[in-house]
Amino acid sequence: MSNTTQLLRFITAGSVDDGKSTLIGRLLHDSKSIFEDQLSAISKTSEKRGMAAVDLSLLTDGLQAEREQGITIDVAYRYFATPKRKFIIGDTPGHEQYTRNMVTAASTANLVVILIDARKGVLTQTRRHTFLASLVGVPHIVLAVNKMDMVGYSEDTFNAIVAEYRAFAAQLGIHDVTCIPMSALNGDMVVEHGDNLNWYKGAPLLDFLENVVIDYDVNTADFRYPVQWVCRPQTQEYHDFRGYMGRIESGEIAVGDEITVLPSGRTSKVKEIVTYDSNLQRAYAPQSVTLTLEDEIDISRGDMFVKADGMTRCANAAGAGMPSDCPLPQSACSAITSDLASVVGSPSRMASSSISNVSGAGTAMPTVAKEFEAMLCWLAEAPLDLNRKYIIKHTTRMVKCLFSRLDYRVDVNTLAHHETDKLNMNDIARVAMKVQQPLALDHYSKNRFTGSFIVIDEASNNTVAAGMIA
Amino acid sequence: MSNRTFTHLDALESESIHIMREVAAECKNPALLFSGGKDSIVMLRLAEKAFRPAKFPFPLVHIDTEHNFPEVIACRDKLAADLGERLIVRSLEGSIKRGSIVIKDPDKPRNPYQSVTLLETIAEFGFDACMGGARRDEEKARAKERIFSFRDEFGQWDPKNQRPELWDIYNTRVHAGENIRVFPISNWTEMDIWEYIAREKLYIPEIYYAHKREVIRRGNSVIPVSHLVHPKPGEKVEVLSVRFRTVGDMTCTAPVESYARNAQEIIEETSTTRITERGATRMDDQTSEASMELRKKEGYF
Repeated sequence: MSNTTQLLRFITAGSVDDGKSTLIGRLLHDSKSIFEDQLSAISKTSEKRGMAAVDLSLLTDGLQAEREQGITIDVAYRYFATPKRKFIIGDTPGHEQYTRNMVTAASTANLVVILIDARKGVLTQTRRHTFLASLVGVPHIVLAVNKMDMVGYSEDTFNAIVAEYRAFAAQLGIHDVTCIPMSALNGDMVVEHGDNLNWYKGAPLLDFLENVVIDYDVNTADFRYPVQWVCRPQTQEYHDFRGYMGRIESGEIAVGDEITVLPSGRTSKVKEIVTYDSNLQRAYAPQSVTLTLEDEIDISRGDMFVKADGMTRCANAAGAGMPSDCPLPQSACSAITSDLASVVGSPSRMASSSISNVSGAGTAMPTVAKEFEAMLCWLAEAPLDLNRKYIIKHTTRMVKCLFSRLDYRVDVNTLAHHETDKLNMNDIARVAMKVQQPLALDHYSKNRFTGSFIVIDEASNNTVAAGMIA
Repeated sequence: MSNRTFTHLDALESESIHIMREVAAECKNPALLFSGGKDSIVMLRLAEKAFRPAKFPFPLVHIDTEHNFPEVIACRDKLAADLGERLIVRSLEGSIKRGSIVIKDPDKPRNPYQSVTLLETIAEFGFDACMGGARRDEEKARAKERIFSFRDEFGQWDPKNQRPELWDIYNTRVHAGENIRVFPISNWTEMDIWEYIAREKLYIPEIYYAHKREVIRRGNSVIPVSHLVHPKPGEKVEVLSVRFRTVGDMTCTAPVESYARNAQEIIEETSTTRITERGATRMDDQTSEASMELRKKEGYF
């Protein structure tokens, strides 16, 4: 491993029957990431179950309950490395009732591998997985057409599946898909090219995973710095030290840059970028640093630093004549058009824009608002109660919220919109929300970290929903 | 990222710092579990990176089985003292005296009992969050555990009822009496740990490096001879060059044969090794395919 190895997080979507666990097992096995004791444990189990060959899928079946049932019930994380990259695999189940697990695993992924059984082609679940990947804005999609050995490694079969898939993906605004034919069982096109798919000129899956460019998966243009913790050592040596600790969620910052603190709107300049190792002149996402400022202003956890050279939009999502929450002078507000307002009534926009390359975004300020719209994935068994207040956690800020409107629910199988007055587990819906204190929001398609939030049930303390500003 | 290479270690480090700061900011009374083992020594460096120039906003806590290697305990005390941070030690002996732990044989492995003393310590100090150095690559059950892992009043983990964890937004909320275990280095592998030890030049107990030691061969394992482990009749004591990949309970932690004398040589060995860390060194995890899952459900971290 060199000291320039990058980290790539990816997830696999597909059902047990598509050979998903076998694919992961194959990646680990052929990249020599399986250890002897693991292999001997699963060999024993395979024998006990009367299987002829070692069942590589047993590697990813982690919990006793799922070993008994023979299915994967939750998100499991696997790790392997090649000389080029380190990989974190989020293994998610393909069963219908587990939409929430895929959304969970996809939220941190650079890439998704969607598995198809070549005999079955594009299925309802393929569409569902693709929609969820686009909803959560996974930057790269690989379509793995597996079990090519079962269709005689037919180029025509592969081409037909790819054509059907591309047509569907285009409806979601997804154009950047890499399609790879493979047989995970036999190892064709996973790590090695193999001899059975000579008509395919592209690279094997691992080769692609090692080389896909991920530098621009984070927004590099817009500086966003939610304050996590205010550091005041109050020692002799650091008597007046007041450092704002946090992680740069996007963009970059340099000593001397002018920043605006949201939601207060106060401004200052960066005096130092402090780290344990040394002070820096410049820092980038996703570094964790400590910033000190030229001026003493009132700042606490939950505030967000942005660069002062953008223009703040202040808006209410619905644009329904609500009073503005923006603390900036009216002149700064008047020229503002809201991204949030512009997507209302344009349901396809969310899906189509969520997959776009965010690096192209110009420098802009977040919207400071107490009302906004979002795409929501309901995660809890107890359905949404429109009469109740919940807690929203957005970046480092936790405030009370309520749901003022349910616009529609998306059928994840047909992508059709349905009017609804309730939300159950695994439902995806467009909603309007109100929060007690203003939040500094970005459109999710522009920023995965400042455009996302979770909803917490105050009574149970459970995480009940995942939201994306739309 | 422009003009600078952001490596996988940088990415993991930044993620861990972010997690620790979330704990400090949102939990009322957190603690950092610190044993003097290599993973918890990495945690200590990450805490320095997260909170310096200030002191840690939490104490260090060690649950001592009194079956630990003396070199590890010495390292634990030295590092805590060097950093000037508060170290709380609670021992299984205390629980045995109180009668909350009843053990049949004082020389048998004590890992199963650690949970009892940990839960008693959590209650004694009212900790609502304990950060631990567990990694997902260690074991199958851990691979499915969240970074913020909620525990009920009995300290139990319910694998089928975990809170979904999305983006880098962590739900730290608990009711009184409940707590969460937090694993800031969840996404690190054994290799990452060694690379970080090498990069940061971390001081770790000497027994992680190759040394000559009296051992007995039992089954596939090499067992170190100590005041707790004596050769049985017919067993031969050998002197081998060994190192420990983990440093737990002396009665059930096996070393591996090795000549690696520093972190770099261990990295070279680790990159060619064919056996997992726990498989090679923890006899207590081999008893059943689900033993770690069962221990975690009972409150083990």
